[in-house]
Amino acid sequence: MSKATVELPPKGGFNFDLCRRNDMLTKNGVHAPSFLKTGTTIVGLVFQDGVVLGADTRATEGPIVADKNCEKIHYMAPNIYCCGAGTAADTENVTDMISSQLLLHRYATGRESRVVTALTLLKTHLFGYQGHVSAALVLGGVDITGPHLHTIYPHGSTDTLPFATMGSGSLAAMAIFESKYREGLTFNLVYCAFVEIPQRDEGVKLVTEAICSGIFNDLGSGSNVDVCVITKGKVEYLRNHQKPNPRTYISSKGFSFLKGQTEVLSTKVTLLEKPQQEEGVDKMEE
Amino acid sequence: MSITFSNNIEALIFISLFLTIVPWAEKIFEYNGSAIVAMVGKNCFAIASDRRLGVQLQTVATDFQRIYKIHDKLYIGLAGLATDAQTLHQRLVFRHNLYQLREERNMKPETFASLVSAVLYEKRFGPYFCQPVIAGLGEKDEPFICTMDSIGAKELAKDFVVGGTASESLYGACESMYKPNMEPEELFETISQALLASVDRDCLSGWGGHVIVVTPTEVTERKLKGRMD
Repeated sequence: MSKATVELPPKGGFNFDLCRRNDMLTKNGVHAPSFLKTGTTIVGLVFQDGVVLGADTRATEGPIVADKNCEKIHYMAPNIYCCGAGTAADTENVTDMISSQLLLHRYATGRESRVVTALTLLKTHLFGYQGHVSAALVLGGVDITGPHLHTIYPHGSTDTLPFATMGSGSLAAMAIFESKYREGLTFNLVYCAFVEIPQRDEGVKLVTEAICSGIFNDLGSGSNVDVCVITKGKVEYLRNHQKPNPRTYISSKGFSFLKGQTEVLSTKVTLLEKPQQEEGVDKMEE
Repeated sequence: MSITFSNNIEALIFISLFLTIVPWAEKIFEYNGSAIVAMVGKNCFAIASDRRLGVQLQTVATDFQRIYKIHDKLYIGLAGLATDAQTLHQRLVFRHNLYQLREERNMKPETFASLVSAVLYEKRFGPYFCQPVIAGLGEKDEPFICTMDSIGAKELAKDFVVGGTASESLYGACESMYKPNMEPEELFETISQALLASVDRDCLSGWGGHVIVVTPTEVTERKLKGRMD
């Protein structure tokens, strides 16, 4: 059979066409551009009836802050979310891919996704690529078997923990967890019983504190705190839960330029056709 | 002896024959040089680029097109290695054409951004050396801008996005000059001044600018005068 004359869109998988050329360039001393990284603080902890995930919102490209308010807590399933650190494209794509596999699995089984299912899918994918897909993840969710928290390393190894931190700010965040985390977050239980402070708030507070520790002590992390609280049958995504670093340097007036200040060589104006009104057009016959 | 070239790329290949790649460590983005910026205004957006195409420090063309039109209200600027930018553009046009045939409508900017991201991430381990800057008006004429790294990590922004060798200076210029809710005329002045100020601090980009301002009713393309050194 003759070869198709057009290259059809791929069905999936990576494409290695440019690898040889790029290797050649590298050997000749031309370096490939650096990728967008999330030099990150991401954390998670388990409390009595759920999990709390937290992340900072800085994305970096080398020493440059590329995005001051990015999202690092990714959706996996209605009851499962996942924080990502490492190469931004990898964390984004890995979580997206596994999320759609989980959706198909839910359609096939008609049951809620389990956290271990997501965990296994993620780790097999990452292990298959032997660490070249550099995604370090904190996976959390609540399923039929209760609340779960896992960390996944780029090479595919996993941990199951009551509290976890990842990314470049993991040490700063872990310092907070190690000194203040208590099993089931019961350190205020007597107080809670009287004043009825939900233990969820204690969890959110501790996660926020851990992320702030990363934001202020790790240069790769910064900007705002995102928090996600997952309990049975309920998810609260608290985007920009805390904004400890507002802009302080903007002038109230801002820069304003007079019209015609920029030297223009040529101008071309193209009028766009207005889309035709629905009423004016005869509907196509069924 | 006189040699004529039918287009810039031929000239580029010709000149490359005489220039071997420098022995010191060089970044691939610095081979051709580029500066791209996009900004959001009130119901409008602007996208701008420099016009220089060089082979390292040698300028090859001063009318190079880095911003490509996908449809009336959607543009993509491709910073980085020019050969990859043109190849990538061809593939994106191809994919957009297939979409138009199947769906009988244009792509929304968000959809197009996802497409670009997927096309780039497919080559995760052997990437195109391109940094796209996408700007468009959505279905209800709401502006959308976005940039990516060379493997398709989307970075959505509400204010401005930058790319290319002048990106560091563009970040600085935009961060101070940008204001929210600018009208098209003011947006043009702001983006032009930010671009010109930034490329003057970058050896590898410049030689004037190319600014496109898109509102729901019209597209205004302007060529800017800039320094020629």
